[in-house]
Amino acid sequence: SARDSVGRASGRIEKILIANRGEIACRIIRTAKRLGIRTVAVYSDADESSLHVKSADEAVRIGPPPARLSYLSASTIIEAASRTGAQAIHPGYGFLSESSEFAQLCEDEGFIIGPPASAIRDMGDKSASKRIMGAAGVPLVPGYHGDEQDIDLMKLEADRIGYPVLIKPTHGGGGKGMRIVQSPNDFADAFVGAQREAAASFGINTILLEKYITKPRHIEVQIFGDKHGSVIHLNERDCSVQRRHQKIIEEAPAPNISNDFRSHLGKAAVSAAKVEHPVTEMIVGQDLVEWQIRVANGEPLPVSQSDVPLSGHAFEARIYAENVPKGFLPATGILHHYRPVQVSSEVRVETGVEQGDTVSMHYDPMIAKLVVWGEDRTGALIKMKDCLSKFQVAGLPTNIDFLLKLSNHGAFENGEVETHFIDLHKDNLFIDPNDQLSKQQVYNAAIHGAAIAAACVCKLSLWYANPPFRVNYSAKRTMELEWEDESSKGSSKFVPVHITCLAKGKYLIEVGGSSFPDLKLNVVHLRDHDLELLNMVVSLVFLDQMEHIHIWHGSSHHHFKQRKGLDLADINESYQKPAPEASSHPPGTVVAPMAGLVVKVLVQDGAKVVEGQPILVLEAMKMEHVVKAPSAGCISRLRVSAGQQVSDGTVLFAVKLIESFYQHRHFLLHYDTSITLEQDE
Amino acid sequence: RSISRRCYPNLPAGPNRCLCTSVLLDTLDRSSESFARNSDAMESLISQLHSHIEQVMKGGGPEAVKRNRSRNKLLPRERIDRLIDPGSSFLELSQLAGHELYDDPLPSGGIITGIGPVHGNLCMFVANDPTVKGGTYYPITIKKHLRAQEIAAQCRLPCLYLVDSGGAFLPKQAEVFPDKENFGRIFYNQAVMSAEGIPQIALVLGSCTAGGAYIPAMADESVMVKGNGTIFLAGPPLVKAATGEEVSAEDLGGASVHCRTSGVSDYFAQDELHALAIGRNIIKNLHMAGNMGGQHLRMSDFKEPLYDVAELRAIAPTDLKQSFDIRSIISRIADGSEFDEFKKLYGTTLVTGFARIFGQPVGIIGNNGILFNESALKGAHFIELCAQRNIPLIFLQNITGFMVGSKSEANGIAKSGAKMVMAVSCAKVPKITVVVGGSFGAGNYAMCGRAYSPNFMFFWPNARISVMGGAQAAGVLAQIERANRKKAGIQWSKEDEEKFKAGVVEAYEQEGSAYYSTARLWDDGVIDPADTRKVLGLCIAASTKCKPESTRYGVFRM
Repeated sequence: SARDSVGRASGRIEKILIANRGEIACRIIRTAKRLGIRTVAVYSDADESSLHVKSADEAVRIGPPPARLSYLSASTIIEAASRTGAQAIHPGYGFLSESSEFAQLCEDEGFIIGPPASAIRDMGDKSASKRIMGAAGVPLVPGYHGDEQDIDLMKLEADRIGYPVLIKPTHGGGGKGMRIVQSPNDFADAFVGAQREAAASFGINTILLEKYITKPRHIEVQIFGDKHGSVIHLNERDCSVQRRHQKIIEEAPAPNISNDFRSHLGKAAVSAAKVEHPVTEMIVGQDLVEWQIRVANGEPLPVSQSDVPLSGHAFEARIYAENVPKGFLPATGILHHYRPVQVSSEVRVETGVEQGDTVSMHYDPMIAKLVVWGEDRTGALIKMKDCLSKFQVAGLPTNIDFLLKLSNHGAFENGEVETHFIDLHKDNLFIDPNDQLSKQQVYNAAIHGAAIAAACVCKLSLWYANPPFRVNYSAKRTMELEWEDESSKGSSKFVPVHITCLAKGKYLIEVGGSSFPDLKLNVVHLRDHDLELLNMVVSLVFLDQMEHIHIWHGSSHHHFKQRKGLDLADINESYQKPAPEASSHPPGTVVAPMAGLVVKVLVQDGAKVVEGQPILVLEAMKMEHVVKAPSAGCISRLRVSAGQQVSDGTVLFAVKLIESFYQHRHFLLHYDTSITLEQDE
Repeated sequence: RSISRRCYPNLPAGPNRCLCTSVLLDTLDRSSESFARNSDAMESLISQLHSHIEQVMKGGGPEAVKRNRSRNKLLPRERIDRLIDPGSSFLELSQLAGHELYDDPLPSGGIITGIGPVHGNLCMFVANDPTVKGGTYYPITIKKHLRAQEIAAQCRLPCLYLVDSGGAFLPKQAEVFPDKENFGRIFYNQAVMSAEGIPQIALVLGSCTAGGAYIPAMADESVMVKGNGTIFLAGPPLVKAATGEEVSAEDLGGASVHCRTSGVSDYFAQDELHALAIGRNIIKNLHMAGNMGGQHLRMSDFKEPLYDVAELRAIAPTDLKQSFDIRSIISRIADGSEFDEFKKLYGTTLVTGFARIFGQPVGIIGNNGILFNESALKGAHFIELCAQRNIPLIFLQNITGFMVGSKSEANGIAKSGAKMVMAVSCAKVPKITVVVGGSFGAGNYAMCGRAYSPNFMFFWPNARISVMGGAQAAGVLAQIERANRKKAGIQWSKEDEEKFKAGVVEAYEQEGSAYYSTARLWDDGVIDPADTRKVLGLCIAASTKCKPESTRYGVFRM
């Protein structure tokens, strides 16, 4: 339109398209809105109703969920920008931000915020970047990357580099063929071994050598340049603490480095890095997205190098939906409950999701970046721990507990960060699933949580009062909570809770296994399904006949499930099982429910089966009847085969129980200890 | 008038609060001597009540309970707790039935009855207690069973019979078998209720012998537990005696026989919990067209009373001659303590008005003294209003009777009283009576005593019921006795007369107590005054599930 062309002609950005999703898109939209710039979001089908789409003024669909068909589709995004009249495209980070082709396309079309295509190209090529860095005086890891692979020459190079030396195949990955050599005597064996393994694994046996850095750190320097030739750096940040080669905690400035080294680093960095980093913003007190927009508008940088402040200390913790005990595997699911911490000038939460959103398998499972600032590192760290312990996410596993453990670790507190940090301290950071003591502690904490859950889970109405009413005596109520043990891989336990409602809002709560001090609870109803007690929050989510009860008590989170609606469905099902009760057969024997023809046998004798698994198919009266396993176990005495005619009551097979069949409902009858909860009005 | 927020923390704050005229102001003086005296007296009555309840909660005693557990059976209240919705309330009835009634204790009359929700549907539970005399039916057991059925029929509540009974208690067969309101009436009621579309469900969790066999047989649907549940007209010993056949209980009338072969039962349960789960499912699948079902169980928003309900324990005076303002009770049971009084200035010894209890509209009629002509007319008028509008009625009884004397008689007090009795009898709205003090003479009739079929009737522990006060009765009887002796020419010393009077007073004292009443099922239970609001709320909810009926009166004497 005419207005758009005026805007573009004047060179001022009035509307930008954000070629990204999630928290980064939300972050850019926020700054743009503050500057009065209209925003266009792009979204794949998976993100149709996500927060970044809702936050933007306009939104354009760019394709199906897979990123290569949507967020990585440069032409679709450029087309969307043209169509909506945006003058600039902000790529955020990840996705297209590192594509020099995309940057080039944008430059050609006249849309760009961010570093020039040439800079991206240079940094993308490892050898080119090393060359540039070396020329700029950046200290590089000494090594040998030559084509000559003669063992004697390599040995000489290793001596030159100095031990310990890392022997590494040039191709492949996953640590295959890598050797750390501590002394010259070990070199030859290690080298030959590495070659052999590389050849076997990747088909190419070329090797490179590098000085083995025993305590490497990952430090980034934020660089900013404008179109007027000024380039400044905004101090460094430490991103050493990583898992799966992705950062999980960043801090600025980097701990335990000298000011000399800091300024040396800054001066040495020459090429532009990408986009804003909240920790850098916090210590320099600037909005870097605003800078990017201003620079794209052709404005000079607002400060000169000597004016760049370094104020206080900042941390960024990245909260991911992931399964920490399972090697940080990304997790998916629905955010039943999402209550990030209160934000302030010192606490930021960069988030792209809301309660009820789905974290899908299509993209990075990041839920939020928690950014805190303090006067010094200690102050900032205290704040980060506090915020992490109050950050509430439920519905899918997260790394919050892990981040909290990490930030409580002595070495981290001392700033002894390095890229091997997690591996180095894994004994202290992970709960050993076999450690009975910690298992018991976690279980006790869960039981404690169960008691609280029992006291809080209530409905407020006449017949469903809390406490339930009884004439002249106290109601006794049994709840059976299924506890999801987050510390141990995907296991759950049934926790029977027996609640006697006493006078004046007091409860006697009996649970198996542990004893507790008296608790005084002060329940405040927050929203429909959220309750707040003295120092804990209880959230109730009802999904698929299951009540999910989430409790945050201090920094610990517990997840309980209580089956509602379908009563003892498993038992009802057992009622439908082929009745193995005929006393003439041993338990677990399944007999033909009717006379018929065996048409299919679906498993082999001896096979392990789960409860309800189809075992064979009978045909009678022109109807097929599937005979299922009455319980989990091993199939034995499978005596029939397809085509065989059986009569009513013929033994078909038996199921041998592998472990004792656990019927949790009988668990209800044993209680050991009791606690008294006082629930104030 | 200013009201101290310190005393009434629930009062809305701020200078602009609108204290509507319907909010009752509190007249209870917490610093008074009577407040302390009444509280103390009630405390001791309540602890006495609780000790009685504690006793009946033990059922047939530790041995019987142990035997029951060894058979993988739950106690009747535990069974009910697992049948009702998790965490829901249960309105148990007549817990002290049979209290000191027979030579042996018969805790709760050997049967547990009450109302609770299953999948949101309010149901009547009737559960035999097998630990008490083998779950056999004493006369009071039958009375309690029939009363539960009466309530179920009146409120159209599905009935769940948790059967575990040895049938009639044979030594008392003359009191349990032949009469109209005896054992046979149970099955008659099942048939009639079933005909009216009120579901009759039986869970056979134990034995179900002889007459008892008809409970599942007459039920719409029945469930049997493998091993524990048996149904037969005659047990193995009787069969052997009669025919010589030797057969085990399970083979004679176990779940397998009745679910597979005889068809006497419909659902086969692996164990007791399974049976209870099936029972819940049956209720879930009910479709009671025309009934409002569960959705009305969730109450709309309501305000709690402004004044502490626990203070209801300090209101009833220890001396029945002392009067108290019935509004001090109303202000502790009505939502927001709001009460829109009808005819406030007329017939002031009867207090009438509209309120809500847990959001449910009610008309409340309470005594504030003797009934006069005007009070009776006002009462009749108010009952007509509520019947016209389908508003449930709450009667708070504290009545010594109608005014006597020549003036009253000349004014036609009997005629006025009759109008109120006519209105009470015919009004087709739910009626709930709570005796908070005395219940004497014709006052009992006009205020919807047991004979007037209130849907529910409860006693406070201090309540007393008799045709007149003990002292008055002693006076009347002494006059007659003296006259008789005079005719016979026998001297009656002052001392003997006092002894005679004391005997009458003592008999009235004993027979007029709440426990004497509740043991015989003259009411549906003795309740803690502090629970009055909750009990009323639950009763109203249970009574208003059925469709309203229109009222027709007889001839009012004008």
